[in-house]
Amino acid sequence: MRKVWNQAKHEFGPIGLAYVLIAVSVWMLVMVVAPQLIMLDFSLHPLLFPDEIGGPKDVWTLQNYEILFSNRLHMIIFLKTIWSSLLVTVFALVICYPISYYIAKVARGASVGWLMVGLIIPYWINELLRLFAWQIILADSGILNQAMLWIGIISEPLNFRAGNGAVILGMAYAYVLFMVFPLYNALESLDRNQVDAARDLGASWFRIHRRIVIPHAKPGIAIGCIMTFMLGAGTIAAPQLLGSPSSFWFTELIYTNFETANWNLGAAYATILALLCLVFMAIMLAVFRVSLKELSR
Amino acid sequence: MISSKKVLKIITGSYLFLFFGYLFLPLIFMGIVAFNSSSLPQVSPWEGFTWHWFHELSQDSRMWDALTNSLIVGVSVVCISVPIGLAAALLLTRLQLKSRDLLYALFVSPILTPGIILGISTFLFWDRAFAVMGGLWTAIVAQSTFISAYCMLLIMSRIQRFDRTQEEAAFDLGASHQQVFFKVTLPFLKPALFSSVALAFMQSFENYNTTLFAIGFEQTLPIYIGTKLRQFISPAMNALAVIFIVLTILGALIYEYRRMMERRKEAERKKQAKALKKAMAVQPVPAMQGA
Repeated sequence: MRKVWNQAKHEFGPIGLAYVLIAVSVWMLVMVVAPQLIMLDFSLHPLLFPDEIGGPKDVWTLQNYEILFSNRLHMIIFLKTIWSSLLVTVFALVICYPISYYIAKVARGASVGWLMVGLIIPYWINELLRLFAWQIILADSGILNQAMLWIGIISEPLNFRAGNGAVILGMAYAYVLFMVFPLYNALESLDRNQVDAARDLGASWFRIHRRIVIPHAKPGIAIGCIMTFMLGAGTIAAPQLLGSPSSFWFTELIYTNFETANWNLGAAYATILALLCLVFMAIMLAVFRVSLKELSR
Repeated sequence: MISSKKVLKIITGSYLFLFFGYLFLPLIFMGIVAFNSSSLPQVSPWEGFTWHWFHELSQDSRMWDALTNSLIVGVSVVCISVPIGLAAALLLTRLQLKSRDLLYALFVSPILTPGIILGISTFLFWDRAFAVMGGLWTAIVAQSTFISAYCMLLIMSRIQRFDRTQEEAAFDLGASHQQVFFKVTLPFLKPALFSSVALAFMQSFENYNTTLFAIGFEQTLPIYIGTKLRQFISPAMNALAVIFIVLTILGALIYEYRRMMERRKEAERKKQAKALKKAMAVQPVPAMQGA
């Protein structure tokens, strides 16, 4: 400890060290850790009237968490959030792996630049607008219904917004590109000679990817999946813009609790959402055998 | 052999076509609607070209208020996040800490947390600890929690390429810590600092999920857009989308152009160094492993 302190003083000087320590500890303690603890504290208290706070009813309890397990509707919504986020993650991985590999290893010269621009433009456009684009496509008088009517597949416009499909479509479209950039970064550092050598030795296309490219891309796959899943599970924009009264999502459940001033239940559900993403992250790191150290490279 | 190559080429080509079609077609439809006179936001029937929706958008005073708020929040987030990101990057790259990996995980954790959690926890914390109601300030703090981490990552990747001997030379010549920082380290980090300012502002400017929970009754531009899109939709929103898309295309072109120039410069530098090495015909000195 003393050694680190002396090294730090030597490295930054007294003023520099003060700046680094104050900035980092304000960030971590005041902006990250303390708010999380407060949220946890809220979640472990029952909803009380102001005059009951500090009274005998003001105790720590798990009752907010128990509501999720006793309320069947809430549970169904929670499970729906999990499987649709998984679906979106798998979809993103499948359609983004080829493009990432193509840009990182196959394309050459100026076309790399143009392909990157083609990815960056939709990636940078506000997620609300990306969802809005699907609102227009899926509307009753929207382009999809009109096209299908014109071809004659349907005779009446369909209400695409009725079920969960529209929200999942929107989620996929809004967050798919969060898979591309981690994958691309991981694949870019792959030595092309390895692929060429395997091909010269007669390895099939499938085998090259399974034995050389995918193992190399593991950290990128893990980060991409973690990001996509987290964004899908945590989005409130997608259900708000593309959902219907008949399709309610977990983030909306949390939002409603804050609107109706049941902050305690809202905090409990928010904590559950955070835990879900943490568990998913742990699983991904274990499945792909990626350590935290590799992520930091 | 040739035929299988051709097949692969066709498959690749159609995949690229479908992929970019999927990405761009919805945006193109959204853009076209902005110029259709029809008062419903739809591509067809086409009722004639108009600039009317842009005019209507410019008359919307709540849009201007929200834009002003977004600018205030964005600038404040930059002022908070870039210094924090720089400090965290210096801490992680300059000190030989045993717990470095753990600290790194802690520092990037806000990026890996769902945005709404950051919004909720910040909102509850300021209410409980300082009795500060949700508003622009809590939105600024909530956004800064994860935007600082993005700034840190950007600055770190530049620091790792820094040649520490430059600093050591300055110290040997008697420079103080502050002089070395402001005259040697900071100028080297300048490009990364500029990009983190741009990134922080953009991230803040388009954030919805975190802001929605932290901001209370105030509105930034994305909150305004979200509220509008949940109610009756006017093509004026499409006009706003077109403005966003045009700005984004410009930004992406500038970004890619700068990236290309930087790569070219780097390649040039490497070539020169190689030529120089050859000319001098000496063993290269191994670079100092500083960071």
